[in-house]
Amino acid sequence: MCGGGGQPAGRMRVKVLSRNPDDYVRETKLDLQRVPRNYDPVLHPFEVPREYTRALNATKLERVFAKPFLSSLDGHRDGVNCMAKHPKSLSTVLSGACDGEVKIWNLTKRQCIRTLQAHEGFVRGICARFCGTSFFTVGDDKTVKQWKMESPEYGEEEEPIHTILGKTVYTGIDHHWKEAVFATCGHQVDIWDEQRTSPMCSLTWGFDSISSVKFNPIETYLLGSCASDRNIVLYDMRQSTPLKKVILKMRTNTLCWNPMEAFIFTAANEDYNLYSFDMRFLASPVMVHMDHVSAVLDVDYSPTGKEFVSASFDKSIRIFPVDKGHSREIYHTKRMQHVITVKWTSDNKYILCGSDEMNIRLWKANASEKLGVLTPREKAAMNYNQKLKEKFQYHPQIKRIARHRHLPKSIFCQVKEQRIMKEARRRKEQNRRKHSKPGSVPFVSEKKKHIVAVVK
Amino acid sequence: TEASVQVSEFNVSCKGAGEKLVLSELLQPIKAKSALSSVKKELNRVKQKKAVELPLSKEEAERVVREAAYVRTSKDVGKWQQVVLQNRRAEQLVFPMKQELVAVAPLEQVVSAWKARTPLEQEIFGLLHKTQQPITDPLLTPQEKASLQAMSLEEARRRRAELQKARVLQSYYEAKARREKKIKSKKYHRVLKKSKKRKALKEFELLRKSDPEAALAKLEELEQLRMEERMSLKHQNKGKWARSRAIMAKYDLEARKAMQEQLAKNKELMQKVRVELPEEEPGDVPAEDLVSESVPAVPVDASGANPWMLGKPSSPAKEPEVQEDLGDVTEPAVAESKEEMSEEEMSEEEALLQDFEQKRHVRRQQAASPELQGAELVARSDVGSCVPQEVVSELPEDVSVDPICTEEQVSVGIEQPSQAQEELLLLEQPSRVQTMEDIEALASEERADEQETPVATGTEKRVHQQEQGRAEDRQAKKPKAKKTIISLQAVLAGKSQEIQCPSLPVAVEEEEGGFDQRGVITEAFAGDDVVADFRREKRKAEQAGKPQPVNLVLPGWGEWGGTGLRPSKKKMKRFLLKPPPAPPRKDQHLPHVIMSEQRNIHAAAHQVSELPFPFEKHQQFERSIRTPVGPTWNTQRAFQKLTAPRVVTRAGHIIQPISAENVPSLSRGGRALLRRRPWGRGLGRGGRIAAGPPGGGGLGRG
Repeated sequence: MCGGGGQPAGRMRVKVLSRNPDDYVRETKLDLQRVPRNYDPVLHPFEVPREYTRALNATKLERVFAKPFLSSLDGHRDGVNCMAKHPKSLSTVLSGACDGEVKIWNLTKRQCIRTLQAHEGFVRGICARFCGTSFFTVGDDKTVKQWKMESPEYGEEEEPIHTILGKTVYTGIDHHWKEAVFATCGHQVDIWDEQRTSPMCSLTWGFDSISSVKFNPIETYLLGSCASDRNIVLYDMRQSTPLKKVILKMRTNTLCWNPMEAFIFTAANEDYNLYSFDMRFLASPVMVHMDHVSAVLDVDYSPTGKEFVSASFDKSIRIFPVDKGHSREIYHTKRMQHVITVKWTSDNKYILCGSDEMNIRLWKANASEKLGVLTPREKAAMNYNQKLKEKFQYHPQIKRIARHRHLPKSIFCQVKEQRIMKEARRRKEQNRRKHSKPGSVPFVSEKKKHIVAVVK
Repeated sequence: TEASVQVSEFNVSCKGAGEKLVLSELLQPIKAKSALSSVKKELNRVKQKKAVELPLSKEEAERVVREAAYVRTSKDVGKWQQVVLQNRRAEQLVFPMKQELVAVAPLEQVVSAWKARTPLEQEIFGLLHKTQQPITDPLLTPQEKASLQAMSLEEARRRRAELQKARVLQSYYEAKARREKKIKSKKYHRVLKKSKKRKALKEFELLRKSDPEAALAKLEELEQLRMEERMSLKHQNKGKWARSRAIMAKYDLEARKAMQEQLAKNKELMQKVRVELPEEEPGDVPAEDLVSESVPAVPVDASGANPWMLGKPSSPAKEPEVQEDLGDVTEPAVAESKEEMSEEEMSEEEALLQDFEQKRHVRRQQAASPELQGAELVARSDVGSCVPQEVVSELPEDVSVDPICTEEQVSVGIEQPSQAQEELLLLEQPSRVQTMEDIEALASEERADEQETPVATGTEKRVHQQEQGRAEDRQAKKPKAKKTIISLQAVLAGKSQEIQCPSLPVAVEEEEGGFDQRGVITEAFAGDDVVADFRREKRKAEQAGKPQPVNLVLPGWGEWGGTGLRPSKKKMKRFLLKPPPAPPRKDQHLPHVIMSEQRNIHAAAHQVSELPFPFEKHQQFERSIRTPVGPTWNTQRAFQKLTAPRVVTRAGHIIQPISAENVPSLSRGGRALLRRRPWGRGLGRGGRIAAGPPGGGGLGRG
């Protein structure tokens, strides 16, 4: 205040609040209102308990929203024996049944778009050419057939492009990832040029039927096969020679290479386990994945190489992280029977499994994931929740909720039984060790236990 | 196992495999033949030579090959080791690694590859061909082609330019019209109307010269207009405005003048247009034109009664005339406004100075007459509490403020009683009482004012009474004796109450209100002394926490025992074991806190009982938990970084297996595979980590 007496000379000071409009003015009216925030930790106390509560809620919500089953593709008239992904189209998948029928499905419409009678008897193997223009099938009728991917034109017959008549039954087929070469297996591994009717070379090591052969997707000259005499054999196509053989305690049904790690492959074994091997060190697997309660029939890697899915005779499929010994997820339905084949789609979003009861089922790879377009805020919230779950995963309540799954009674009982058996075995070994000369009963690690021998 | 065509080598037996074969034995049957003797000799020679080493068996050979191949392949595959490790450790992996460009196949290609096969398709194609619908490249129908050829490029350009220009002109015109339409100034519209009228007249003149018949028709039109005017009640003294003016005319010269103007206009409009009138005008028109050039809106030839002429206060040509008319000094407001007009020519500073002079003059006049004392009081109080005058003096270039200010000042002089009251009301706005000191200062100021003008005139009294009336609304009635002084204070207090910013703490009200509140609370909770209770509780907790001495005294052991007998002091001293004192309590310096160090089983259910795998020390784990990741504690950017997902995939994109092309270390010029975070987890927030309280989520003890 300036002094009284009417002197106008005094300088008036007006104190006003002044703020920078940049702090509170939106650029467009579509922007969210900017809320200035004080990040002083004193003003936001109890960060750990608060985040813990959030993590707990996120975990619960994850379980609430875990609805992985999307749809079932029915149309086959016999059990689905094999499946193949289209290399260029996400919405296309091929499947072969035990009655020799091959169907091509559109996943977006969830419809069969083409059916062809490919073989007499089982369709043992199916694979698409790397360019997606044609696919190959092998069947019990000792033939290898190449088909066009497109349905036949009007008035055209449904006929294979090529048919190769072999001497023996082929049990599996796989196509090279970059060249016009494919490999079949049966009594030996044959490598074929697409243009010729006789194999370029036949790779043998011992005489037993080979159940599956797979090309390495990264180092494409490498092949892996598994035979019914319990061994896994690796081949080099360049040198047309087998490389090494590892014999396990039980038969390996199939194997799959990791698409991001050239030397890692996973084998699905009859002894309920899966074994991840480093092909450079075959003496012991890198990881033993246990959880199934019956023979594992098929395995497929996610395209990111971080996880794989396995199909089992115990009527369930399980998802394993590559570096974990136990599964993170189990999918089952009341009606799903023995799952024979399983595939992880190339966009890392879905899983397809074909089972005995003639259906192909479509699952979400991440059970509680929201499908469709997410708003940025939703995405941020999702990421935050994911991080929180990760951060508090060791806390007992959160761990319990996150791990809880409903199991069908058969699996539940078998799991319990397995546990008892395992405990009994452990106890027996312990007792034996106790009552024998020290050192005569060695400790054998779980990884080593299942390997019989490595043959050079 | 399935039946095999081939037979395993392990099942085939070969007897006598160990025996050696001697060549000469084979030749025994042909001994008799002499012709073969040379051969025999040679063979004998061969036998004498040292044998070549046996070649490796097939299995052995294969094995060697296999081993070599395996070593080589392992080495080849081993080049991925670094990449694999890097990818495993990466904070974030973005898939697909190679962005594929979507190639759109040209329509022609697609169409040419496709052929009509079904009858329906063929029919459709037939139709399309009939209409010469193009299928391949140019994609233009013949008609379109023809139309394209019809116009040359230059012509098209010219036409386009024309069109453009026309469009631009139109848009200019529209913009101008819109702008003009928006102008609210009545004066402007009046001028506009008049200029239009003049223009019309001019046109009429021209028309009369060139085409008398058309002019006559126009004249009739004008006549028609006049008739309409006569019929209508416009410009008569019947309108609302006119009536109000009529009332005011008694007191207000201005109003009277306005009324006269209107009447004159009415008369003029009602006048019948004589046909011979145009004959007079030719002489007038040029003069009018001349004037209109120099002074745009004022026709000079019109008489004083001409309403168009009178409605022109701002024109400088008219100014002196008006001044003469209103020469008397009794109307300072008019004089003031007049002054303002002339000031525009002067420099702004001069104008300001003059203005102040004028104001002072007016004030002196007012002071002279006793009636105007109230107004002076107002002016003074104005000065006391930051009047706009000072603002003006600070900002001399701001001219727009000035006239308003002066007008206000002057208008105070005119309508004293009501205006004085208004001023008081208005006064409340600019001055803001914020603190106790301010209020006191204000009060003392007012008191000083009172003392300076001890003679309270009638108007002043009235003002005080009004103030009092308002004060009564807000506050309880005060004793009458103190009325004058207290009422002023009350006004000020009330004012501060009204204008207060809620964010600023004001001591006065809070003290008054808070006092009662506290009293009420203490009264309500008179019985329970919470603080003492708490202290007692804490003491109890402290006692309970202290280790108790252990009594190992066995009465009757080594001495007589029984009722009424106590063990000896010596024994007591020996067998009463005192435990070592407990470590100091954590809350010993916190009088208002009880810290229990006992394990809480309810919390334990939520705590981690053993160190999880990747962590090596519990401090590590606790640190990982203590760092918050949420947006409540982190800035948006940090939050995004902290919560970035490990694997990012794009919906609907095929993820191909990794290949040497998109790994920079394996192939040069490849895309960067990884996006690494600039700072590791938790490292960027070290300060927070140190400061954060130990969380409930940490490792449970015990």
